[in-house]
Amino acid sequence: MKKTSIAYLIPILMITGILIASNFKKPPKYISVSSNDFVKESSSDENYKKMMDVLVSPRCINCHPNDNIPKQGDDGHPHYFGMSRGDNNLGYQATKCTTCHQSENNDYSGVPGAPEWSLAPASMMWEGLSRKEIAESMLDPERNGGRNHEELMHHLTEHALVLWAWEPGVRADGTPRKLPPVPLDEYIKAVKEWFEDGAIIPAK
Amino acid sequence: MKIAFTINGNLQTVDIEDGNTPLLWVIRDMLDLKGTKFGCGKAACGACTIMVENEEVRSCSYAVKFAEGKKITTIEGLGTPENPHPVQQAWIEEVVPQCGYCQPGFMMATAALLEKVPNPTDEDIDQNIINICRCATYYRMRKAIHRAAELKNNSNS
Repeated sequence: MKKTSIAYLIPILMITGILIASNFKKPPKYISVSSNDFVKESSSDENYKKMMDVLVSPRCINCHPNDNIPKQGDDGHPHYFGMSRGDNNLGYQATKCTTCHQSENNDYSGVPGAPEWSLAPASMMWEGLSRKEIAESMLDPERNGGRNHEELMHHLTEHALVLWAWEPGVRADGTPRKLPPVPLDEYIKAVKEWFEDGAIIPAK
Repeated sequence: MKIAFTINGNLQTVDIEDGNTPLLWVIRDMLDLKGTKFGCGKAACGACTIMVENEEVRSCSYAVKFAEGKKITTIEGLGTPENPHPVQQAWIEEVVPQCGYCQPGFMMATAALLEKVPNPTDEDIDQNIINICRCATYYRMRKAIHRAAELKNNSNS
């Protein structure tokens, strides 16, 4: 009986010993690192990242589809009711974007609205593209509506439909729509600085 | 705030506290025109469809302040029992409605479509008439839309 008790005790004591020993590690060694050891992103790259964080958000991408079908929601589902681009980016002949969307958000129905509510032209399809591809498309006059850098900068920072992204209103259930991940003033600053720095698209 | 507009040919001025009130409620509750229906309240079903300046509009998502100075048409202004609009006549001929609740919206959407596309194809109908009918009278409506186009074109010739 006594031998059996000791046999039980041995593994318990061993485990306890290991656990105690593990709590008495040697203090960790710290290695001093100078600031030169970090590869610092250029401010242009930081501005590019902030701008692209916004442009790939659903508030922007949903109206730059690759299949002529506007998208809705944070999951980018196809617009309900079979709505599509139509001949002029504004919907079909009688049932158009403006059948439901007015020049400002409607908080009673949860229908979003802004001046010139429409899809971006088909040449500006961004859905499914990488950040680099979107930026290249955006800077290409053949795809961006013939805009030069100055005009693009103004479009990206002043156009009412672009700025709607930061005032997207509420859904039909009264809950607010998600905002882009960068605050508006920070985004505008980043876009302006990125263009001032030559609109360089980072290689990576 | 006071908002003036023409509705079914009559000049109306409404005095309303909240200019963002959906036009639907002004039409129904202030002007007592009950033909325009509330369905979903989020511009999804089309029961509240009217015409503003001959353009199709969902009145549940249209703030009354935007109606200032505009010409509005509801189902009551589309035609009369003595002289129905071709859409109304076609709806009667094809015995379209079942419960009838959504039909004013469909008829207004059809009237708007015929203004833009006098001879709509089935594809035009599929794309533009996207209202919802719980009685599923879609088959009869399609026939009525083609008949309405015929009636309208004959009356214009």
